[in-house]
Amino acid sequence: MTDATNDIASGERSRALLSFTLATGRFLLMLAVTIFGLLAVTFFIGRIVPVDPVLAVVGDRAPAHVYARVREEMGLDLPLWHQFAIYIGNVFRADFGNSILTSRPVVEDVIRYFPATMELATLGTFLGTLFGVPLGVAAAVKRGKFIDHVVRVIGLVGYSAPIFWLGLLGLLVFYSKLGWVAGPGRLDVTYEYMLTPVTGMVLVDSALAGDWAVFRNAVSHIALPSALLGYYSLAYISRMTRSFMLNELSQEYITTARVKGLSETRIIWFHALRNAAVPLITVIALSYAHLLEGSVLTETVFAWPGLGRYITNSLQNADMNAVLGGTLVIGLVFVAVNTFSDLLYRLFDPRTR
Amino acid sequence: MTQRSLLEVEDLRVRFHLRTGLVEAVRGVSFKVGKERLGIVGESGSGKSQTARALLGLTPPPGEVLANRLTFDGIDLLAASRRTLRALRGGRMAMVMQDPKYSLNPVMTLGAQMVETYLAHTRAGIREAKEKALAMLEAVRLRDPERVFSLYPHEASGGMGQRAMIAMMLITDPDFLIADEPTSALDVTVQQEVLRILDALVDERGMGLIFISHDLRLVSSFCDRVLVMYGGKVMEELATGNLSDAQHPYTRGLMNCLPAISGSAHPLPTLERDPEWAR
Repeated sequence: MTDATNDIASGERSRALLSFTLATGRFLLMLAVTIFGLLAVTFFIGRIVPVDPVLAVVGDRAPAHVYARVREEMGLDLPLWHQFAIYIGNVFRADFGNSILTSRPVVEDVIRYFPATMELATLGTFLGTLFGVPLGVAAAVKRGKFIDHVVRVIGLVGYSAPIFWLGLLGLLVFYSKLGWVAGPGRLDVTYEYMLTPVTGMVLVDSALAGDWAVFRNAVSHIALPSALLGYYSLAYISRMTRSFMLNELSQEYITTARVKGLSETRIIWFHALRNAAVPLITVIALSYAHLLEGSVLTETVFAWPGLGRYITNSLQNADMNAVLGGTLVIGLVFVAVNTFSDLLYRLFDPRTR
Repeated sequence: MTQRSLLEVEDLRVRFHLRTGLVEAVRGVSFKVGKERLGIVGESGSGKSQTARALLGLTPPPGEVLANRLTFDGIDLLAASRRTLRALRGGRMAMVMQDPKYSLNPVMTLGAQMVETYLAHTRAGIREAKEKALAMLEAVRLRDPERVFSLYPHEASGGMGQRAMIAMMLITDPDFLIADEPTSALDVTVQQEVLRILDALVDERGMGLIFISHDLRLVSSFCDRVLVMYGGKVMEELATGNLSDAQHPYTRGLMNCLPAISGSAHPLPTLERDPEWAR
C-alpha cells in the first residue's frame, strides 16, 4: 500500500517541482520588496524613537562642542534621505555599526547570539511538533473522551502558566533536587572555550568536531529550556491540530474513505492529517518564528546568551545600533520562515499551485 | 423474486441520542434486494440516506443501529467484526457519494484514490492496480484516462469527478452498489450522461443496486421497484411498472406533483403530509 502511494506521489512531485521553481522566481521579487520595506521601517523607527544616540555615547555631561562633533561623526547632521541611503549601503555591506554596550560590531554580536537562540527555538519547535501533532490528532479522534480532556489540560497549563515560573520550577526540581540536567548556560565552564564555533550552535559544532563529551554536556544544558519551549509550542500546536483534524474528519471525503473499506489508521493519519497539515504548516512556522525572535524570559531564567536577551539589554541601554541590527535580523528571520512555509504549503496543497 | 436476496433488512431502526432528546431517523424499515434495482424515494429527512449509511455500518458516532435482521449474503452486518465489515465495504458493497466536490480527497490525485481502493481489497501490485484504474476510467467513458488519472479533484469538472467516483467504487467489482443521489449535484445535461454510464455498468456486471433519490420519475425509469419513505418509515413499496396503482396518499401526492407537458396546472398541487403516517 505505501509502495503504491509512493510511486504515485513521485509523479505528483515531479510536476510539483516545476511549479515550485516558477513560484520561487516570483517569490524572489516579492522578497526584495519585503526586505526594502523592512529596512525602511527599522531605519525610521530608529530615527523616531525619543532616544538620543549621541547622548548615549558622550554621556549627559559632555560640553556642546564635543556633542556636536560626535553628532557629525555619526552622520546624524545629514538629511534623513541621505542617512537612509547610507544605512542601506551599510546594511548591504553587513555593517550595522558598533554596539555601544559590547563595543563590538553589531554583526559580530548577532553572529554570536543568534545561533544560541536558533538552536533553542529549533529544538523547541521540533519537540513541540513531535508531541503536539500526535496529541492533537488523538484528542480529535477521541473527542470528548479521557485523552481529549488530558490534552486539554496539558494545553491549558502550557498557555496559562508563566514560562519563567515553569523555568524556575524546572531548575529547582530537575537541576537542583534531582540533578538530572545541567544548570543555566549553554555549557559547563570547563567546556566553554574548547569548541571552535562553525555554526555557532553548540550541539552541531560539537557533533561536527566529534567531541561527544561536549555534545553530552550541551544536551544536558539545553534539555530543560528546549523542553520548556517545546511544551509552550506543544500547547498551541496540539490545540490547533485538534481543531483542524475535527474539521477534516467531518468532511465527506472521510466517509468516502470509509466506504472504500480503508483502515481507520490510514484514514486518520493519511487522509485526514495530510489535509490538516496544510493549515498546520502555517501554525508551526509562526510558532517557530515567534521562538526565533528570542524568548527573553526563558533566556533570562536559563542565562542563555540569545538574541532576545541581547536586544532587551541593548534597548535598556539606548544602544540603537544593536537594537536596529537585531530587529532587522528578526525581520529577516520572519521573512525567511514565511517564505519557507509558503513553499511547503504549495507542496502539500495542489490547489495552491 | 426467484432470486436469492443479497441484502435483507428487517425492522431497521437508526436513532440518535442527542442532548436535546432522542431522534429517530429510521423507524422500522424492512426490505429485501437481490441482484436487482431498488429505488428509495423520499423528501429530505425521510431517512433514506441514513438507511443507506446503516447498511454500510457508517452511521455517524452518536447514532445507534437496531434491526431484527440486517444481513448481506448471509453475513450478519450488526454482529460482524470491524475487519469483516471493512472487507465488505469497498470490496463487495460500495457506495457512490453525492457530490464529487466534497467526497473526493482534495490532496490526492483521482488515480491515487482509485489505486488505493483496489490495493485495499486485493493482493495486486501497483502496476496492476494502475492498469485496472485506467481500464475503469475508460469504462466510465472518460476520453483521456491517463490525464484524468493524474488530475486532482479540483482540476476535474463535476461530471468527470462523479465518473471517477463511479470508477473508483466499481474498481473492486462489488456485488452491490448504493448510489446516494449520485446526480443531484451535477448539471442537468451531465446528469443524463452519468446515469447512462451507471445504468450500463450495473447491467453489464449484474450488480444489485439501491438508488436513492428525491426524484420519483428518475427512480421509476431507472429501477425495478420503488420504496417510498416518509418520516423514517416505508409508506409503500411498488413495482415501477404499476406506479399508477399506488394506494398510499403520500405516493399519490408525489405523483400529482410531477408536472405534465400538456396543459397547465393552476394552482400547482401541493404535497399533503399527514403526521399520522409517521406515527
